[in-house]
Amino acid sequence: MFGWFVKGATSRVKTTRYPARDETALGVTPGRPVETTCDNELLAVDLAATCPTDAIKPASFKTTVDISRCVHCMACTRGENTMRWQMDYRWARWVGNDAGRAARHRPFQKSLHIRVVDTGSCDAVISEIKQLAKPYYNMHRLGFFITPTPRHADVLMVTGPVTSPMRLALLKTYAAMPEPKWVIAVGNCAISGCVFAPSFIANGSVADVIPVDVHVPGCPPPPLAILHGLLLLTGRETEMQPIDQPLGGPP
Amino acid sequence: MTELSPTALRGFAEQCRHFGPVELLPQSDSLMAVVNCPAAVLKPLAEFLVHSLHYRFGSLVVEEHPTQWKLIYLFYRHEGPSLVQLCIYLKADHPQVDSISIKIHAADWHERQAEDLFGLVFTGHPRLGDFVLHEEWPEGVNPMRTGFSATRPMQEKVVDPAWRPARILETPGAFLMPIGPVYADYYESAQFFLETVGEDVLRLIPRFFFKYRGVEKLAQGRPWQRVLLMAERFSGTSAIAHATALCGSLEHIYQVQPPPRALSLRLILAEMERMRHHFAVLSDICHASGMSVPSAQMDILEEQALRLSGQCAGHRYLYGWVTPGGLNRDMSATTLDTIARETRRMAEASASIHRSLQFTSSFLDRFEGVGAISMAVARELALVGPIARASGVSTDLRIMLPYGGYAQNGGPPAMVEPLEREGDGYARIRVLFAEIQQSAKLIDAAVAALPTGPVRVETAGVLRQGAFGWAEAPNGAAFHYLRLDAQGCVQRYQIATPSFANWHGFHIAAENFAFQDFPIMMASFGLSIAESDR
Ligand code: SF4
Repeated sequence: MFGWFVKGATSRVKTTRYPARDETALGVTPGRPVETTCDNELLAVDLAATCPTDAIKPASFKTTVDISRCVHCMACTRGENTMRWQMDYRWARWVGNDAGRAARHRPFQKSLHIRVVDTGSCDAVISEIKQLAKPYYNMHRLGFFITPTPRHADVLMVTGPVTSPMRLALLKTYAAMPEPKWVIAVGNCAISGCVFAPSFIANGSVADVIPVDVHVPGCPPPPLAILHGLLLLTGRETEMQPIDQPLGGPP
Repeated sequence: MTELSPTALRGFAEQCRHFGPVELLPQSDSLMAVVNCPAAVLKPLAEFLVHSLHYRFGSLVVEEHPTQWKLIYLFYRHEGPSLVQLCIYLKADHPQVDSISIKIHAADWHERQAEDLFGLVFTGHPRLGDFVLHEEWPEGVNPMRTGFSATRPMQEKVVDPAWRPARILETPGAFLMPIGPVYADYYESAQFFLETVGEDVLRLIPRFFFKYRGVEKLAQGRPWQRVLLMAERFSGTSAIAHATALCGSLEHIYQVQPPPRALSLRLILAEMERMRHHFAVLSDICHASGMSVPSAQMDILEEQALRLSGQCAGHRYLYGWVTPGGLNRDMSATTLDTIARETRRMAEASASIHRSLQFTSSFLDRFEGVGAISMAVARELALVGPIARASGVSTDLRIMLPYGGYAQNGGPPAMVEPLEREGDGYARIRVLFAEIQQSAKLIDAAVAALPTGPVRVETAGVLRQGAFGWAEAPNGAAFHYLRLDAQGCVQRYQIATPSFANWHGFHIAAENFAFQDFPIMMASFGLSIAESDR
């Protein structure tokens, strides 16, 4: 047992400094494609055509990106004509109504309890959510806790395209939560169904089933993006900007 | 795998002919025997393969053609022919065949799945009915049939309020405790019915497919590029393995061989994926037994493995690398050095944790003898991966059916499968730790002897229509079957995943246990529900 104490004590602090400081470690995010200016209109159309999920749209000389459709396949980073790539992770967006925005202040700014519901997501996004409770991200220091029961939950974190056997379970979980309550849709399949939509068995979007307040896009969104979503919900962070600060190259 | 001479293959066909008019098809080679057999011969022949020739059941593929059904039963073993495809044909209007799962238990769930999704009838099967599709799905609607639209939302029926899950235990005072589909912190969605008379759980009935996304249906009629995106993403933590298996079948269809450098790089990526997966499972195991320091130590390694993937491969779960004919990108020498150095360091760190755990009695007490699966049962249910190895059954596809980088020097890589005997939770832990060391060694060896050259060859023109591809995923053997039409669109895609095979054995491990052991058993299985449900 003493050995474990030594092991624990000599491991040093691993936890990220985010949100107090930006996380600059390598490999914490896959990055995302951002708006790119091409030499001519044809090249913009060409570039948009490389995307298998239609995440890129040509607009005259420019291409714009809908990150909630991007599955990080990296096809648009290969070849001569590539998208600009940005290594950031502040990806969450507020999509809820104003009542939810007003209610989130006051007592909920310091601490939230979260119930996770998996409605058909892959295990990678579950794994990224698990990372939040692990040493490198340790969301407990920010007042975020996972709770096993919806009755204690302030936030419902939903992943997956809402398969039909999970729809009722999702509705019941949501109904069991006390007011005020918020919903975060984590991952592109929870936002739009992504590669699993349109489908005979999945709704394709959490917002069709219950009201959603925050979107965290990504496939899967890295832990820092999910953390950004939680901080955005509590009003401690600002929304995703079309282009954030420093631009990195494609990986 | 041993090289097989044409005479030996003919000898194999001769043995099969004892059972009836069986035909060995010309596309058979030293690795794979493709056999057409009449439906009446299927059952005795399959029994002979499994019980006399020691084949294991791998997959059941159903293809619907305009005038007939084609069923392919896949079997595999160490000695050649390592793979056997038994093909039978049924009339379109009479989709009925003898069930083989009475004698070959491993086929049980495959038959139930085919019955549910295609409406085939397996005569003699003891338990058909709601399996993939639950009670809210209308009876008689089979989504995998060609006439069924993959994209139109299905109108569900209202469930009779009197509906109750099936129960087996009938002693006085017995009751059923349901767990899930939304339960404990952040488990994946599934349901477990614990049958109990109070203190101990006597039986456990799992119920899956809450996460069924119909990947195989959505694939129909789509170009393979789109299907590859789904193959990577339906079980994100095994993306490289499933992409490799799918690309393996595409490479058989297009008859191309990826360049040696691509194969070595695929091996490196696959072993990185395996290391991360095992770190995560071991962390869950420590967590379930309340060992927070070792759990945190494994968590640190897991996140370091994720960051290494993110830094060196651009994606934390290694998406977007594998493509038919090789890889999408190359890796620089410095990147590869980083990978080799870091994986070696992580393997050393995990070995040190393992050494400490071996002397932590409070940890060992929780796992010794818990959730045991005997060798006979592991064989009978054709369990795969670390769980089978913990019970002493060798099932490593890297050795049995060496593919890609694992076959590069004309045979399987120099590796020893870590086999244990006990089959309990602790044996599984030892296997996982041993595999981490092995993965680091494989990466090291591959980086040291990396061939130069291109990483991709072009693919063109459909040469064969249907083919199997396989890979040893972190959880065990995965078989993908793909059939393309002349335009290169997918007609049929079927995935047999390791989690699907292993969850089938979960109820055996979970017999007669105390309630508090349930999370420990779940953790020691370490399986993915997304992978099983597809
Ligand atoms: S990474 Fe892939 S999915 Fe994302 S925008 Fe580029 S091409 Fe589209």
